[in-house]
Amino acid sequence: MITAGNKLTETTSFVSTRNACKLCSPLGACIVMRGMEGCIPLIHGSQGCSTYIRRYGISHFREPIDIASSNFVEATAIFGGKENLFHALDNVTKQYQPLAIGITSTCLSETIGENVPMYLHEYQINRTKLPVLFYASTPSYRGTHIDGYHEAVYAAVETITKKNIVPKKTKRINLISGFVSSADLRELHEILISYQIPYTLLPDYSESLDGGAWEDYQKLPQGGTTIDDIAAMPEASGTIYLSTSVNSSRNAALFLRDYFGVPATNINLPVGIENTDIFFETLNHITGQKTPVVWEKHRSRLIDAYFDGHKYCSGKRAILYGDADFVVAMKLFLEEIGVVPVLAADGAEMDFATILETSAGLNPDFVIGNSKGVYLSRQLGIPLVRCGFPIHDRIGGHRILHLGYRGTLNLFERICNTLMEAKQNAAPSGWTYI
Amino acid sequence: MLEILQERKLQVFEKGTDDYAIECGKASTAGSVSQRACVFCGSRVVLYPIADALHLIHGPIGCAAYTWDIRGSLSSGAELHRLSFSTDIHENEVIYGGETKLYSALNELIERYKPAAAFVYCTCIIGLIGDDIDAVCSRVQREKGIQVIPVHSEGFKGTKKDGYRAACDALFRLLGKDNETPVSPYAINIMGEFNLAGETWIIKDYYRRMGVEIATCFTGDGRVAEIGRAHRAKLNVVQCSGSMTYLAKMMEEKYDIPFIRVSYFGIEDMSKALYDVAEYFRNDKIMKQTQDLVRNEVSTLLPRLADYRRDLEGRKAAIYVGGSFKAFSLVKALRHLGMETVVVGSQTGSQEDYDYLKEITQQGTIICDDSNPLELSRFILEKGADLLIGGVKERPIAYKMGIGFCDHNHERKIALAGFEGMLNFAREVHATVMSPVWKFSPARIKNKKYLQQNTE
Repeated sequence: MITAGNKLTETTSFVSTRNACKLCSPLGACIVMRGMEGCIPLIHGSQGCSTYIRRYGISHFREPIDIASSNFVEATAIFGGKENLFHALDNVTKQYQPLAIGITSTCLSETIGENVPMYLHEYQINRTKLPVLFYASTPSYRGTHIDGYHEAVYAAVETITKKNIVPKKTKRINLISGFVSSADLRELHEILISYQIPYTLLPDYSESLDGGAWEDYQKLPQGGTTIDDIAAMPEASGTIYLSTSVNSSRNAALFLRDYFGVPATNINLPVGIENTDIFFETLNHITGQKTPVVWEKHRSRLIDAYFDGHKYCSGKRAILYGDADFVVAMKLFLEEIGVVPVLAADGAEMDFATILETSAGLNPDFVIGNSKGVYLSRQLGIPLVRCGFPIHDRIGGHRILHLGYRGTLNLFERICNTLMEAKQNAAPSGWTYI
Repeated sequence: MLEILQERKLQVFEKGTDDYAIECGKASTAGSVSQRACVFCGSRVVLYPIADALHLIHGPIGCAAYTWDIRGSLSSGAELHRLSFSTDIHENEVIYGGETKLYSALNELIERYKPAAAFVYCTCIIGLIGDDIDAVCSRVQREKGIQVIPVHSEGFKGTKKDGYRAACDALFRLLGKDNETPVSPYAINIMGEFNLAGETWIIKDYYRRMGVEIATCFTGDGRVAEIGRAHRAKLNVVQCSGSMTYLAKMMEEKYDIPFIRVSYFGIEDMSKALYDVAEYFRNDKIMKQTQDLVRNEVSTLLPRLADYRRDLEGRKAAIYVGGSFKAFSLVKALRHLGMETVVVGSQTGSQEDYDYLKEITQQGTIICDDSNPLELSRFILEKGADLLIGGVKERPIAYKMGIGFCDHNHERKIALAGFEGMLNFAREVHATVMSPVWKFSPARIKNKKYLQQNTE
C-alpha cells in the first residue's frame, strides 16, 4: 500500500478478507490458455471452479469461454484423480479436437497431492496424435489470478520450447504480456508489426476473447498464439516481459534466457509516456531499429492532449487499485499527469473494505480501477473511471485500451471526461462549455 | 456434426424419435463442459439473500470472490449479504489447519458487523484438511450469543443439489426460535423465492391482497428473526422445488406444516399458485379476494401481451435453466407469446421433471439434462431457435449464433415473476427477438440461404 496526503484514518487489520480485490490463481491460468491457438483449459478439481471462472470471464469478455473440468467427486478426493483426468482428457479431445490442452490444478487436487506431471507422462505413453499437453500448478491458496497467469505462461513456454533443442538464432522478438485487455493485445500486435520482424506475442486473446460474429459455431474461437510461434521463442534475439512483479523462479523470460540464451527484459506495462518510452526503447534495442514514425506521431498527439487537458486533472486525488503490475504502471501514469494517487492498493495485499476504510480521510476525487470499485465509488460518492479487469457492469470492458501512447491517450481522456462530467453534473447551471 | 459423448447419450432425448427414460441426477461427465456449478454454489445461492446474516466463506479466496454480489436479491433494509467475506486461507492453514484463522475471522466480523446470525461455508479444501468447523462455530456461538451455523458445502461432495440440502439443513437450525410474535391463522411461508429484482415483494403483495399473511420468505429479503417464526405458519408454498423441497419435508415432519409446490412464472402457474393457497384455507373471503385479484391482473395483462404476441407468433425458443420446475412455467409462458419450445434442458432436473417436460412439449423437442455449450449450440442450430433463455454462461452461445437471449438466472435485474413479471418477460423476449441487429448475423444469413435452397 502506498499512501500520500492526509493522515490515515485508523483501521484495524482484519485476518479475514472482505470484498477481495483479487481472484484465485486458476482464473489467470485459464485466460492465458484461451490465448493460445486451439487450446482448451482443463481444471483438475471440482466442477464449480470451472463454472465460476467461466461465468466471471464471460461477464467481462462477453465471449464463449469453455473450460473443461475433471469433475472431482468424493471418491476422487479420496482415491485420487488420475482416472478422472484421463477420462476428461479423452472426452475433451474427442469433443473439441484441440491443438493443446492446458491443465491447471486447484486447491483440491494440490492438497490431496496429485502428481499431475506423472499422470500426463503416463497418459502420453501408448497414445498417438495427442494435442500438446501442459500443466500449470495453480493452487488457489497460493498467490492470486496474476500468479496463475504467469505460471501458465511459464508452463506453456517450458513444455513447448523443450523440443527446440538447438535453436537457430534469428531476428525475432518475444513479447510476453501481462493480464491486459483484448484491445491492448491488438495494440501490441500493431506495434510489433510496425517493426517488420517476426515475433511471438504470448498470450494472445485479442481474437479468441474478442472475436466477430460467427457463421458456424466454433468449438474453440479462432485466434491465439500458435504452438509454432511458442516453439520458436528460443530463436529470438530478445524477450520483453511486461511485468515487473512476476516471481523470478516462474518467469518465462528468465527461463528462455537461462536455457536458450535469449536476453530477457522485464519492464512495466507501457501505460503513460515514460513507461511507453521505455517499452519502445527496449524494442529498439533488441531490433536495432528506431521507433517507427507512426508511434512518434501518436506520442506527440498524446503530449498535446496532456496540455489540453492538464487542468481538469491537475492536483486531483485518486484511489487506485488492482493487481501489482497494473497499479505500478498506472501510478506512474497518474503522477505524470498531475493526479495524486492518494492510495495505490495492490489487490494481493489489500481488500476493498480496507481500501474504503483507508480512503475516508484522504479526500479522494475519483476512483480508478476495475468495476468492482463501484462499491467504493458509491460509498465515497465520487466517480469511478473503469479500466483493468474485470469490467462486469459496462459493455466493451475487454476493449478498453490501456497500453502504448494510444492507450494512455484513451485513459487520459477517460479521466478528464469523468471529472468534467462530475463537474458539469454538480453545477447548477450545467455549463455547456467546460 | 457434434457427436454426443457416449456417457451422455441417455441424457439427451428427442420427443417423437427416442423412447427411453432420461438419465439424470448423476455427476457431470469428466471433460464435458458442464454448465453446473458445485455443492458450495448450491448452498451459497440459497442462503445468500438473508440480508442480516454474516456469510463467511472458509477457504481460499476464489470461492468468495466469484460469489460476491452474485445474485440480484434485493433487501428492504440490511445489506450485509452484499459483502463478501472469506477466511482467505493460505498454505500455512492448509498445512497447520484453518481453525484458528476461522475463529479470529468470525470474532472480528461479528464484532464489526453485528450480524443476526452467521453462516460458515466449508469449501473443498476444508473437507480435506479436516478443520473441526462445528466445534469452532459452537464456540463462537457460545461466546458471541448469536447462532453460528456451519454449512457443509464442500464443492466435491456431490452436485449443486447437495448444496441445496446443506443450505436447508442450515436454515432448519434457525427455525423454532420465536414463539412470541403473533402469527395470523392465515400465515404461509414462501420457499425458494429469492427476491431477484424485487420479485418477493410482488408475490407478497398478491398474497396480502388475498388476505394471507407471509410469515417468512425463504430466503428473499430474508431476516434471521423472521425465519425463527416460520415454524408457526400454516402452509409452506414451495416455488423453487429443487432447492427447498427438502426443507419443506423436514418442516412437515417436525412442525406438521404441509407444503404445496407452485411456480410464480407465467399466467397459469402464477394464478394457480394463488388459488392453491386460497383453496387450502377454505375461506370464502380469501377465495373471493383471490378471484378478484386474478381476474383484475389477467384482464389487464392479456391485452398488453397481445401486441408482443403479434410479432413473436411462430418463433421458436430454447430453454436451459438450473431447475426444471422453472422450465415447465417457461414452456407455458412462451405459448402465451405464440412461441413454441424446441429445446429444453436443466442442470438438475429429476426423472419426473423430465417426464412432465415430455408431456408438455411438442414433437421433435429436444430435452436434455446437464448439457454443455457444444450440445446446446448444436441443438439451437438444428431446431432453428430464435431465442435462448438461460443464464450468463449461456448468453454468448446465443449471441454468437445470432439469436436472442433472455436472462432468467441469478443476475437478472428485471422482475419476471408474477403477472407484471409476465409482462416484463414479454417485453424482454420481444426486445431481443425483434431486434433488427440479427439481420447482420452470418449464422442467420447462412441458415436463411440454406432454407431457401431447400425449398427451391
